[in-house]
Amino acid sequence: MKYTVPIGPIHPALKEPIAINCTVSGEEITDVDVVASQNHRGIEWIGMNRNNPVQTIYIAERVCGICNFCHPACLIMAVEEIADIDVPERAQYIRVIQSELERIHSHLLWAGVAAHELGFDSLLHYTWMVREKVMDTLEIVNGNRVTKAIMMYGGVRRDIKDEHVPKIREMIKYYQDLFDKVAKLFLEDKTIKMRTRNIGILTKEDALKLQAVGPTVRASGVKKDVRQDTPYFAYPDFDVKAITPDMLTGKVVGDTYDRIVVRLLEVKQSVEIIEQALDEMPPGEIISEQKIPKLLAKIKRAEGEAIGRHEAPRGEDIHYVKLKSGFESLYTWKVRAPTYSNIMAWRPMLMHHQIADIPIVAASIDPCLSCTNRAVVTENNEEKWLTAEDLHNLSVKKTKEMMK
Amino acid sequence: MISKSFKKSLWIFHVNSGSCNGCDIEIVAALTPRYDVERFGIKLVGSPRHADVMALTGPITSDMEDKVKRVYEQMPDPKVVLVVGSCGISGGVFHESYHLAGPVNKVLPDATCVYVPGCPPRPEAIIDGVVKAWKFLESAGGGE
Repeated sequence: MKYTVPIGPIHPALKEPIAINCTVSGEEITDVDVVASQNHRGIEWIGMNRNNPVQTIYIAERVCGICNFCHPACLIMAVEEIADIDVPERAQYIRVIQSELERIHSHLLWAGVAAHELGFDSLLHYTWMVREKVMDTLEIVNGNRVTKAIMMYGGVRRDIKDEHVPKIREMIKYYQDLFDKVAKLFLEDKTIKMRTRNIGILTKEDALKLQAVGPTVRASGVKKDVRQDTPYFAYPDFDVKAITPDMLTGKVVGDTYDRIVVRLLEVKQSVEIIEQALDEMPPGEIISEQKIPKLLAKIKRAEGEAIGRHEAPRGEDIHYVKLKSGFESLYTWKVRAPTYSNIMAWRPMLMHHQIADIPIVAASIDPCLSCTNRAVVTENNEEKWLTAEDLHNLSVKKTKEMMK
Repeated sequence: MISKSFKKSLWIFHVNSGSCNGCDIEIVAALTPRYDVERFGIKLVGSPRHADVMALTGPITSDMEDKVKRVYEQMPDPKVVLVVGSCGISGGVFHESYHLAGPVNKVLPDATCVYVPGCPPRPEAIIDGVVKAWKFLESAGGGE
Protein backbone atom coordinates (compact mmCIF):
# COMPACT_ATOMS: atom_id res chain seq x y z
CA MET A 1 0.00 0.00 0.00
CA LYS A 2 1.42 3.33 -1.04
CA TYR A 3 0.79 6.62 0.69
CA THR A 4 1.86 10.16 -0.03
CA VAL A 5 3.26 12.04 2.93
CA PRO A 6 3.16 15.78 2.34
CA ILE A 7 5.85 17.72 4.17
CA GLY A 8 5.49 21.48 4.14
CA PRO A 9 5.05 24.22 3.14
CA ILE A 10 4.58 24.88 6.87
CA HIS A 11 6.25 22.15 8.88
CA PRO A 12 8.19 22.22 12.15
CA ALA A 13 11.22 20.55 10.53
CA LEU A 14 11.36 23.14 7.79
CA LYS A 15 12.48 26.62 8.60
CA GLU A 16 11.30 27.85 5.24
CA PRO A 17 8.26 27.19 3.07
CA ILE A 18 8.67 24.40 0.55
CA ALA A 19 6.57 21.33 -0.13
CA ILE A 20 8.18 17.89 -0.35
CA ASN A 21 5.76 15.15 -1.33
CA CYS A 22 7.13 11.75 -0.46
CA THR A 23 5.49 8.57 -1.64
CA VAL A 24 6.05 5.89 0.96
CA SER A 25 5.55 2.18 1.05
CA GLY A 26 5.58 1.23 4.70
CA GLU A 27 8.51 3.15 6.15
CA GLU A 28 10.45 3.21 2.91
CA ILE A 29 10.45 6.27 0.64
CA THR A 30 9.78 5.26 -2.95
CA ASP A 31 9.36 8.63 -4.67
CA VAL A 32 10.10 12.27 -3.95
CA ASP A 33 8.59 15.34 -5.52
CA VAL A 34 9.52 18.91 -4.63
CA VAL A 35 7.17 21.85 -5.15
CA ALA A 36 8.80 25.25 -4.75
CA SER A 37 7.39 28.75 -5.31
CA GLN A 38 6.04 29.67 -1.90
CA ASN A 39 8.91 32.05 -1.25
CA HIS A 40 8.80 33.93 -4.54
CA ARG A 41 8.87 37.65 -3.80
CA GLY A 42 9.61 39.09 -7.24
CA ILE A 43 13.05 40.37 -6.33
CA GLU A 44 14.43 40.33 -9.88
CA TRP A 45 11.41 42.27 -11.09
CA ILE A 46 12.01 44.90 -8.40
CA GLY A 47 15.67 45.14 -9.41
CA MET A 48 14.76 45.57 -13.06
CA ASN A 49 11.85 47.97 -12.62
CA ARG A 50 11.58 49.81 -9.34
CA ASN A 51 15.12 50.32 -8.11
CA ASN A 52 18.23 52.03 -9.37
CA PRO A 53 21.41 49.91 -9.30
CA VAL A 54 22.54 51.19 -5.89
CA GLN A 55 19.16 50.42 -4.31
CA THR A 56 19.34 47.00 -5.93
CA ILE A 57 22.41 46.14 -3.80
CA TYR A 58 20.17 46.30 -0.74
CA ILE A 59 17.39 44.26 -2.29
CA ALA A 60 20.06 41.71 -3.34
CA GLU A 61 20.98 41.46 0.34
CA ARG A 62 17.40 40.49 1.10
CA VAL A 63 17.47 37.63 -1.38
CA CYS A 64 18.69 35.68 1.61
CA GLY A 65 19.22 36.88 5.13
CA ILE A 66 21.80 34.20 5.96
CA CYS A 67 24.09 34.63 2.95
CA ASN A 68 23.47 38.34 2.66
CA PHE A 69 27.01 39.01 1.50
CA CYS A 70 27.21 36.63 -1.46
CA HIS A 71 24.29 37.97 -3.46
CA PRO A 72 25.39 41.65 -3.46
CA ALA A 73 28.95 40.37 -4.07
CA CYS A 74 27.91 38.56 -7.26
CA LEU A 75 25.79 41.47 -8.47
CA ILE A 76 28.57 43.94 -7.84
CA MET A 77 31.23 41.79 -9.53
CA ALA A 78 29.06 41.60 -12.65
CA VAL A 79 28.29 45.34 -12.72
CA GLU A 80 31.91 46.27 -12.02
CA GLU A 81 33.00 44.18 -14.96
CA ILE A 82 30.52 45.83 -17.34
CA ALA A 83 30.99 49.42 -16.19
CA ASP A 84 34.75 48.98 -15.78
CA ILE A 85 34.88 50.17 -12.17
CA ASP A 86 38.19 49.76 -10.34
CA VAL A 87 38.34 48.35 -6.83
CA PRO A 88 41.14 49.29 -4.40
CA GLU A 89 43.31 46.45 -3.08
CA ARG A 90 42.29 47.02 0.53
CA ALA A 91 38.60 46.77 -0.35
CA GLN A 92 39.24 43.38 -1.98
CA TYR A 93 40.80 42.12 1.26
CA ILE A 94 37.89 43.45 3.33
CA ARG A 95 35.52 41.64 0.97
CA VAL A 96 37.42 38.39 1.54
CA ILE A 97 37.23 38.83 5.32
CA GLN A 98 33.50 39.58 5.17
CA SER A 99 32.87 36.62 2.93
CA GLU A 100 34.70 34.25 5.28
CA LEU A 101 32.99 35.66 8.39
CA GLU A 102 29.72 34.90 6.67
CA ARG A 103 30.83 31.36 5.90
CA ILE A 104 31.70 30.73 9.57
CA HIS A 105 28.34 32.02 10.80
CA SER A 106 26.41 30.14 8.13
CA HIS A 107 28.15 26.79 8.67
CA LEU A 108 27.78 26.99 12.46
CA LEU A 109 24.14 27.87 12.01
CA TRP A 110 23.75 24.85 9.78
CA ALA A 111 25.54 22.56 12.23
CA GLY A 112 23.06 23.65 14.92
CA VAL A 113 20.07 23.07 12.67
CA ALA A 114 21.42 19.63 11.71
CA ALA A 115 21.76 18.71 15.39
CA HIS A 116 18.17 19.88 15.92
CA GLU A 117 16.91 17.74 13.05
CA LEU A 118 18.57 14.73 14.68
CA GLY A 119 16.74 15.54 17.91
CA PHE A 120 20.00 16.47 19.65
CA ASP A 121 18.83 19.83 20.99
CA SER A 122 21.58 20.34 23.55
CA LEU A 123 24.07 20.34 20.68
CA LEU A 124 21.90 22.87 18.82
CA HIS A 125 22.10 25.18 21.83
CA TYR A 126 25.84 24.64 22.23
CA THR A 127 26.56 25.38 18.54
CA TRP A 128 24.43 28.51 18.55
CA MET A 129 26.15 29.70 21.71
CA VAL A 130 29.50 29.26 19.96
CA ARG A 131 28.13 31.06 16.93
CA GLU A 132 27.38 34.21 18.93
CA LYS A 133 31.12 34.97 18.89
CA VAL A 134 31.17 35.50 15.12
CA MET A 135 27.88 37.42 15.34
CA ASP A 136 29.55 39.77 17.83
CA THR A 137 32.47 40.21 15.46
CA LEU A 138 30.10 40.98 12.59
CA GLU A 139 28.35 43.53 14.78
CA ILE A 140 31.62 45.22 15.74
CA VAL A 141 32.76 45.47 12.13
CA ASN A 142 29.41 46.20 10.45
CA GLY A 143 27.18 47.71 13.10
CA ASN A 144 24.49 45.06 12.62
CA ARG A 145 24.30 41.40 13.48
CA VAL A 146 22.77 39.99 10.34
CA THR A 147 22.32 42.35 7.41
CA LYS A 148 25.66 43.94 6.68
CA ALA A 149 25.15 46.59 3.94
CA ILE A 150 28.92 46.54 3.35
CA MET A 151 29.16 46.17 -0.43
CA MET A 152 29.24 49.08 -2.88
CA TYR A 153 30.25 49.34 -6.52
CA GLY A 154 33.98 50.05 -6.50
CA GLY A 155 34.76 48.94 -2.97
CA VAL A 156 33.19 48.55 0.44
CA ARG A 157 31.34 51.02 2.63
CA ARG A 158 33.11 50.48 5.94
CA ASP A 159 36.76 49.97 6.74
CA ILE A 160 38.18 47.42 9.16
CA LYS A 161 39.80 49.83 11.59
CA ASP A 162 42.81 49.18 13.83
CA GLU A 163 40.60 48.83 16.90
CA HIS A 164 38.63 46.05 15.16
CA VAL A 165 41.69 43.91 14.49
CA PRO A 166 42.30 42.67 18.09
CA LYS A 167 38.61 41.73 18.35
CA ILE A 168 38.78 39.71 15.14
CA ARG A 169 42.03 38.04 16.28
CA GLU A 170 40.33 37.14 19.55
CA MET A 171 37.56 35.47 17.55
CA ILE A 172 40.13 33.57 15.47
CA LYS A 173 41.80 32.28 18.64
CA TYR A 174 38.43 31.32 20.13
CA TYR A 175 37.50 29.18 17.15
CA GLN A 176 40.95 27.65 16.76
CA ASP A 177 40.89 26.55 20.41
CA LEU A 178 37.36 25.23 20.04
CA PHE A 179 37.70 23.30 16.79
CA ASP A 180 38.79 20.00 18.34
CA LYS A 181 35.95 20.06 20.84
CA VAL A 182 33.26 20.79 18.24
CA ALA A 183 34.72 18.20 15.85
CA LYS A 184 34.66 15.63 18.66
CA LEU A 185 31.04 16.44 19.53
CA PHE A 186 29.87 16.11 15.95
CA LEU A 187 32.09 13.41 14.53
CA GLU A 188 32.71 11.00 17.39
CA ASP A 189 29.24 10.94 18.91
CA LYS A 190 27.77 7.47 18.48
CA THR A 191 24.18 8.67 17.92
CA ILE A 192 25.14 11.21 15.27
CA LYS A 193 27.26 8.64 13.50
CA MET A 194 24.40 6.13 13.46
CA ARG A 195 21.92 8.69 12.14
CA THR A 196 24.18 10.11 9.42
CA ARG A 197 26.69 7.44 8.27
CA ASN A 198 25.49 5.85 5.00
CA ILE A 199 22.30 7.95 5.11
CA GLY A 200 21.44 10.20 2.16
CA ILE A 201 24.28 9.10 -0.09
CA LEU A 202 24.95 11.23 -3.16
CA THR A 203 27.40 9.41 -5.40
CA LYS A 204 30.05 11.30 -7.35
CA GLU A 205 28.31 10.41 -10.63
CA ASP A 206 24.93 11.71 -9.40
CA ALA A 207 26.52 14.84 -7.99
CA LEU A 208 28.14 15.63 -11.33
CA LYS A 209 25.02 14.70 -13.30
CA LEU A 210 22.74 16.88 -11.16
CA GLN A 211 25.33 19.67 -11.10
CA ALA A 212 25.29 20.05 -7.35
CA VAL A 213 27.53 22.77 -5.92
CA GLY A 214 29.34 23.75 -2.75
CA PRO A 215 29.76 21.49 0.29
CA THR A 216 27.15 19.10 -1.14
CA VAL A 217 29.29 18.25 -4.16
CA ARG A 218 32.58 18.44 -2.26
CA ALA A 219 31.27 15.87 0.22
CA SER A 220 30.83 13.54 -2.75
CA GLY A 221 34.50 13.91 -3.56
CA VAL A 222 34.40 16.49 -6.36
CA LYS A 223 37.07 19.16 -5.89
CA LYS A 224 35.01 22.14 -6.99
CA ASP A 225 35.31 25.56 -5.39
CA VAL A 226 35.05 28.92 -7.16
CA ARG A 227 37.68 30.37 -4.83
CA GLN A 228 40.10 27.73 -6.12
CA ASP A 229 39.00 27.43 -9.75
CA THR A 230 38.57 31.06 -10.80
CA PRO A 231 39.77 33.27 -7.92
CA TYR A 232 38.17 36.69 -7.55
CA PHE A 233 38.42 39.56 -4.99
CA ALA A 234 41.78 39.01 -3.23
CA TYR A 235 41.51 35.19 -3.35
CA PRO A 236 44.41 34.78 -5.83
CA ASP A 237 46.69 35.77 -2.91
CA PHE A 238 45.35 32.93 -0.76
CA ASP A 239 45.99 29.26 -1.17
CA VAL A 240 42.38 28.06 -1.08
CA LYS A 241 41.92 24.38 -1.75
CA ALA A 242 38.56 22.68 -2.20
CA ILE A 243 37.83 20.61 0.89
CA THR A 244 36.76 16.98 0.56
CA PRO A 245 35.94 14.64 3.47
CA ASP A 246 38.92 12.33 2.80
CA MET A 247 41.18 15.06 4.21
CA LEU A 248 39.96 14.12 7.68
CA THR A 249 38.48 10.64 7.47
CA GLY A 250 40.56 9.22 4.63
CA LYS A 251 37.60 8.16 2.50
CA VAL A 252 34.71 9.62 0.54
CA VAL A 253 31.25 8.14 1.07
CA GLY A 254 29.11 11.12 0.03
CA ASP A 255 26.66 10.69 2.90
CA THR A 256 25.27 13.14 5.45
CA TYR A 257 28.22 12.50 7.78
CA ASP A 258 30.64 13.57 5.05
CA ARG A 259 28.71 16.79 4.57
CA ILE A 260 29.15 17.55 8.27
CA VAL A 261 32.90 16.86 7.94
CA VAL A 262 33.25 19.19 4.96
CA ARG A 263 31.45 22.06 6.67
CA LEU A 264 33.45 21.75 9.87
CA LEU A 265 36.72 21.74 7.92
CA GLU A 266 35.55 24.77 5.98
CA VAL A 267 35.01 26.72 9.19
CA LYS A 268 38.64 25.96 10.06
CA GLN A 269 39.74 27.01 6.59
CA SER A 270 37.78 30.28 6.80
CA VAL A 271 39.38 31.13 10.12
CA GLU A 272 42.82 30.59 8.57
CA ILE A 273 41.93 32.79 5.57
CA ILE A 274 40.79 35.62 7.85
CA GLU A 275 44.01 35.36 9.84
CA GLN A 276 46.13 35.57 6.70
CA ALA A 277 44.02 38.45 5.32
CA LEU A 278 44.50 40.48 8.51
CA ASP A 279 48.28 39.97 8.28
CA GLU A 280 48.58 40.89 4.63
CA MET A 281 45.91 43.59 4.27
CA PRO A 282 47.47 46.61 2.55
CA PRO A 283 46.65 50.19 3.68
CA GLY A 284 44.83 52.59 1.38
CA GLU A 285 41.44 53.62 0.05
CA ILE A 286 38.40 51.39 0.50
CA ILE A 287 36.26 52.76 -2.32
CA SER A 288 37.20 54.14 -5.74
CA GLU A 289 34.20 56.44 -6.23
CA GLN A 290 32.72 58.15 -3.18
CA LYS A 291 29.97 60.13 -4.93
CA ILE A 292 26.86 58.02 -5.50
CA PRO A 293 25.32 60.23 -8.28
CA LYS A 294 28.59 60.05 -10.25
CA LEU A 295 28.64 56.29 -9.82
CA LEU A 296 25.02 55.96 -10.94
CA ALA A 297 25.73 58.09 -14.00
CA LYS A 298 28.65 55.84 -14.90
CA ILE A 299 26.53 52.70 -14.57
CA LYS A 300 23.75 54.32 -16.60
CA ARG A 301 26.16 54.97 -19.47
CA ALA A 302 27.59 51.45 -19.38
CA GLU A 303 26.44 48.79 -21.79
CA GLY A 304 27.11 45.06 -21.87
CA GLU A 305 26.61 41.85 -19.96
CA ALA A 306 28.55 39.87 -17.40
CA ILE A 307 28.36 37.07 -14.88
CA GLY A 308 29.33 37.41 -11.22
CA ARG A 309 30.41 34.18 -9.50
CA HIS A 310 31.06 33.77 -5.82
CA GLU A 311 31.54 30.76 -3.57
CA ALA A 312 28.71 31.29 -1.10
CA PRO A 313 28.50 29.11 2.05
CA ARG A 314 26.07 26.83 0.22
CA GLY A 315 27.95 26.69 -3.07
CA GLU A 316 28.51 28.60 -6.23
CA ASP A 317 26.23 31.61 -6.62
CA ILE A 318 25.80 33.15 -10.07
CA HIS A 319 24.29 36.49 -11.04
CA TYR A 320 23.82 37.40 -14.67
CA VAL A 321 23.51 41.14 -15.33
CA LYS A 322 22.88 43.06 -18.52
CA LEU A 323 23.09 46.83 -18.64
CA LYS A 324 21.75 49.03 -21.40
CA SER A 325 22.92 52.57 -21.98
CA GLY A 326 20.34 55.13 -20.84
CA PHE A 327 18.37 52.59 -18.81
CA GLU A 328 17.94 53.59 -15.15
CA SER A 329 17.66 50.11 -13.60
CA LEU A 330 19.46 46.90 -14.41
CA TYR A 331 18.27 45.85 -17.87
CA THR A 332 18.38 42.14 -16.98
CA TRP A 333 19.18 40.51 -13.67
CA LYS A 334 19.11 36.77 -13.13
CA VAL A 335 19.97 35.11 -9.85
CA ARG A 336 21.01 31.46 -9.72
CA ALA A 337 21.36 30.61 -6.06
CA PRO A 338 23.29 27.50 -4.94
CA THR A 339 20.26 25.70 -3.49
CA TYR A 340 18.64 25.81 -6.93
CA SER A 341 21.31 23.37 -8.10
CA ASN A 342 21.39 21.34 -4.93
CA ILE A 343 17.66 20.76 -4.50
CA MET A 344 17.60 18.13 -7.27
CA ALA A 345 19.99 16.04 -5.18
CA TRP A 346 17.20 15.43 -2.67
CA ARG A 347 15.68 12.72 -4.85
CA PRO A 348 18.67 10.33 -5.06
CA MET A 349 19.51 11.10 -1.43
CA LEU A 350 16.05 10.31 -0.04
CA MET A 351 15.16 7.31 -2.19
CA HIS A 352 14.82 4.05 -0.24
CA HIS A 353 15.49 5.63 3.14
CA GLN A 354 13.08 5.87 6.04
CA ILE A 355 10.58 8.64 6.79
CA ALA A 356 12.48 9.56 9.96
CA ASP A 357 15.54 10.39 7.85
CA ILE A 358 13.77 13.06 5.76
CA PRO A 359 14.54 16.05 8.04
CA ILE A 360 18.27 15.43 8.39
CA VAL A 361 18.78 14.47 4.75
CA ALA A 362 16.77 17.47 3.57
CA ALA A 363 18.77 19.70 5.89
CA SER A 364 22.09 18.17 4.85
CA ILE A 365 22.31 20.20 1.63
CA ASP A 366 21.75 23.33 3.75
CA PRO A 367 18.73 24.39 1.72
CA CYS A 368 18.16 28.10 1.47
CA LEU A 369 14.80 28.46 -0.17
CA SER A 370 14.49 32.20 0.04
CA CYS A 371 17.42 32.19 -2.39
CA THR A 372 15.82 29.70 -4.70
CA ASN A 373 12.26 30.82 -5.42
CA ARG A 374 12.97 33.46 -7.96
CA ALA A 375 12.18 32.72 -11.59
CA VAL A 376 8.86 33.16 -13.33
CA VAL A 377 9.03 32.66 -17.09
CA THR A 378 6.44 34.12 -19.43
CA GLU A 379 6.87 34.70 -23.12
CA ASN A 380 4.29 36.91 -24.86
CA ASN A 381 1.68 35.48 -22.50
CA GLU A 382 2.13 32.11 -24.16
CA GLU A 383 3.23 28.92 -22.54
CA LYS A 384 6.23 27.52 -24.28
CA TRP A 385 7.71 24.15 -23.49
CA LEU A 386 11.44 23.75 -23.81
CA THR A 387 13.00 20.30 -23.66
CA ALA A 388 16.12 19.66 -21.64
CA GLU A 389 18.05 19.51 -24.92
CA ASP A 390 16.82 22.97 -25.98
CA LEU A 391 17.84 24.42 -22.63
CA HIS A 392 21.25 22.77 -22.83
CA ASN A 393 21.86 24.10 -26.34
CA LEU A 394 20.73 27.59 -25.33
CA SER A 395 23.05 27.61 -22.34
CA VAL A 396 26.02 26.35 -24.37
CA LYS A 397 25.37 29.05 -26.97
CA LYS A 398 25.10 31.76 -24.34
CA THR A 399 28.25 30.62 -22.51
CA LYS A 400 30.22 30.69 -25.76
CA GLU A 401 28.99 34.23 -26.44
CA MET A 402 29.98 35.35 -22.96
CA MET A 403 33.46 33.85 -23.20
CA LYS A 404 34.40 35.82 -26.32
CA MET B 1 10.74 43.27 33.14
CA ILE B 2 8.33 40.87 34.72
CA SER B 3 6.74 41.96 37.98
CA LYS B 4 4.82 38.80 38.71
CA SER B 5 5.30 35.19 37.82
CA PHE B 6 3.90 33.79 34.61
CA LYS B 7 0.42 32.45 34.89
CA LYS B 8 1.15 30.50 31.78
CA SER B 9 4.12 29.68 29.58
CA LEU B 10 3.94 31.17 26.13
CA TRP B 11 4.18 28.67 23.32
CA ILE B 12 5.10 29.98 19.90
CA PHE B 13 4.41 28.60 16.47
CA HIS B 14 6.74 29.96 13.83
CA VAL B 15 5.39 30.64 10.34
CA ASN B 16 7.70 31.71 7.54
CA SER B 17 5.54 33.38 4.91
CA GLY B 18 8.29 34.10 2.38
CA SER B 19 10.89 35.71 4.59
CA CYS B 20 14.54 36.13 3.66
CA ASN B 21 15.62 34.08 6.74
CA GLY B 22 17.19 37.07 8.46
CA CYS B 23 14.36 37.29 11.02
CA ASP B 24 14.08 33.52 11.31
CA ILE B 25 17.67 33.10 12.43
CA GLU B 26 17.23 35.94 14.92
CA ILE B 27 14.17 34.18 16.36
CA VAL B 28 16.28 31.04 16.83
CA ALA B 29 19.08 33.18 18.28
CA ALA B 30 16.56 34.51 20.83
CA LEU B 31 15.76 30.94 21.85
CA THR B 32 19.36 29.76 22.20
CA PRO B 33 21.70 30.29 25.19
CA ARG B 34 22.85 33.91 24.68
CA TYR B 35 19.31 35.32 24.93
CA ASP B 36 17.60 32.16 26.14
CA VAL B 37 13.88 32.88 26.30
CA GLU B 38 13.31 29.22 27.08
CA ARG B 39 14.13 30.00 30.71
CA PHE B 40 10.76 31.83 30.82
CA GLY B 41 8.97 28.77 29.47
CA ILE B 42 8.72 30.30 26.02
CA LYS B 43 9.34 27.69 23.38
CA LEU B 44 8.65 26.81 19.78
CA VAL B 45 6.00 24.16 19.28
CA GLY B 46 5.30 21.91 16.32
CA SER B 47 1.58 22.50 15.93
CA PRO B 48 -0.52 25.68 15.76
CA ARG B 49 -3.12 23.94 17.98
CA HIS B 50 -0.69 24.14 20.90
CA ALA B 51 0.34 27.74 20.36
CA ASP B 52 -0.56 31.05 21.99
CA VAL B 53 1.52 33.21 19.71
CA MET B 54 2.18 32.97 16.00
CA ALA B 55 5.59 34.39 15.13
CA LEU B 56 5.14 35.50 11.55
CA THR B 57 8.10 36.47 9.39
CA GLY B 58 8.06 37.59 5.79
CA PRO B 59 5.80 39.77 3.67
CA ILE B 60 3.23 36.97 2.96
CA THR B 61 3.59 35.94 -0.66
CA SER B 62 0.50 35.10 -2.71
CA ASP B 63 1.25 31.38 -2.38
CA MET B 64 1.32 31.54 1.40
CA GLU B 65 -1.81 33.65 1.95
CA ASP B 66 -4.27 30.78 2.46
CA LYS B 67 -1.74 28.79 4.49
CA VAL B 68 -1.18 31.66 6.92
CA LYS B 69 -4.95 32.08 7.31
CA ARG B 70 -5.39 28.37 7.96
CA VAL B 71 -2.66 28.28 10.59
CA TYR B 72 -4.20 31.33 12.28
CA GLU B 73 -7.65 29.73 12.35
CA GLN B 74 -6.24 26.54 13.89
CA MET B 75 -4.83 28.39 16.90
CA PRO B 76 -6.98 28.46 20.04
CA ASP B 77 -8.18 31.80 21.48
CA PRO B 78 -6.86 34.08 22.91
CA LYS B 79 -4.05 34.44 20.42
CA VAL B 80 -1.59 37.05 19.23
CA VAL B 81 0.33 37.43 15.99
CA LEU B 82 3.91 38.51 16.60
CA VAL B 83 4.97 40.14 13.33
CA VAL B 84 8.76 39.99 13.22
CA GLY B 85 10.49 42.24 10.70
CA SER B 86 9.60 45.24 8.61
CA CYS B 87 8.28 43.27 5.63
CA GLY B 88 5.32 41.90 7.57
CA ILE B 89 4.44 45.41 8.71
CA SER B 90 4.51 47.24 5.40
CA GLY B 91 6.04 44.93 2.82
CA GLY B 92 9.43 46.44 3.65
CA VAL B 93 11.93 46.27 0.80
CA PHE B 94 9.52 44.05 -1.13
CA HIS B 95 6.65 46.56 -1.26
CA GLU B 96 5.13 47.01 -4.75
CA SER B 97 6.13 43.49 -5.74
CA TYR B 98 3.58 41.65 -7.89
CA HIS B 99 3.63 38.48 -5.80
CA LEU B 100 2.68 39.79 -2.35
CA ALA B 101 -0.66 39.25 -0.62
CA GLY B 102 0.55 41.04 2.52
CA PRO B 103 1.19 43.02 4.63
CA VAL B 104 -0.26 41.18 7.61
CA ASN B 105 -3.15 43.53 8.38
CA LYS B 106 -4.51 42.87 4.87
CA VAL B 107 -4.41 39.08 5.23
CA LEU B 108 -5.45 38.85 8.91
CA PRO B 109 -7.55 42.02 9.45
CA ASP B 110 -9.08 40.83 12.75
CA ALA B 111 -5.88 39.59 14.39
CA THR B 112 -4.24 41.25 17.36
CA CYS B 113 -0.73 42.00 16.20
CA VAL B 114 2.45 42.93 18.03
CA TYR B 115 4.84 44.52 15.56
CA VAL B 116 8.61 44.16 15.89
CA PRO B 117 10.18 46.44 13.27
CA GLY B 118 13.71 46.01 11.97
CA CYS B 119 15.43 44.35 9.07
CA PRO B 120 16.10 42.06 10.83
CA PRO B 121 15.19 43.06 14.42
CA ARG B 122 17.69 42.22 17.13
CA PRO B 123 16.86 39.31 19.47
CA GLU B 124 16.32 41.83 22.30
CA ALA B 125 13.59 43.50 20.23
CA ILE B 126 11.94 40.15 19.56
CA ILE B 127 11.97 39.35 23.30
CA ASP B 128 10.37 42.76 23.96
CA GLY B 129 7.66 41.89 21.44
CA VAL B 130 7.04 38.57 23.15
CA VAL B 131 6.65 40.33 26.50
CA LYS B 132 4.08 42.70 24.95
CA ALA B 133 2.21 39.71 23.55
CA TRP B 134 2.34 38.03 26.96
CA LYS B 135 0.88 41.15 28.64
CA PHE B 136 -1.98 41.18 26.16
CA LEU B 137 -2.72 37.49 26.70
CA GLU B 138 -2.68 37.90 30.51
CA SER B 139 -5.14 40.80 30.29
CA ALA B 140 -7.32 38.81 27.88
CA GLY B 141 -7.59 36.06 30.47
CA GLY B 142 -5.26 33.63 28.76
CA GLY B 143 -3.78 32.55 32.08
CA GLU B 144 -6.96 31.62 33.88
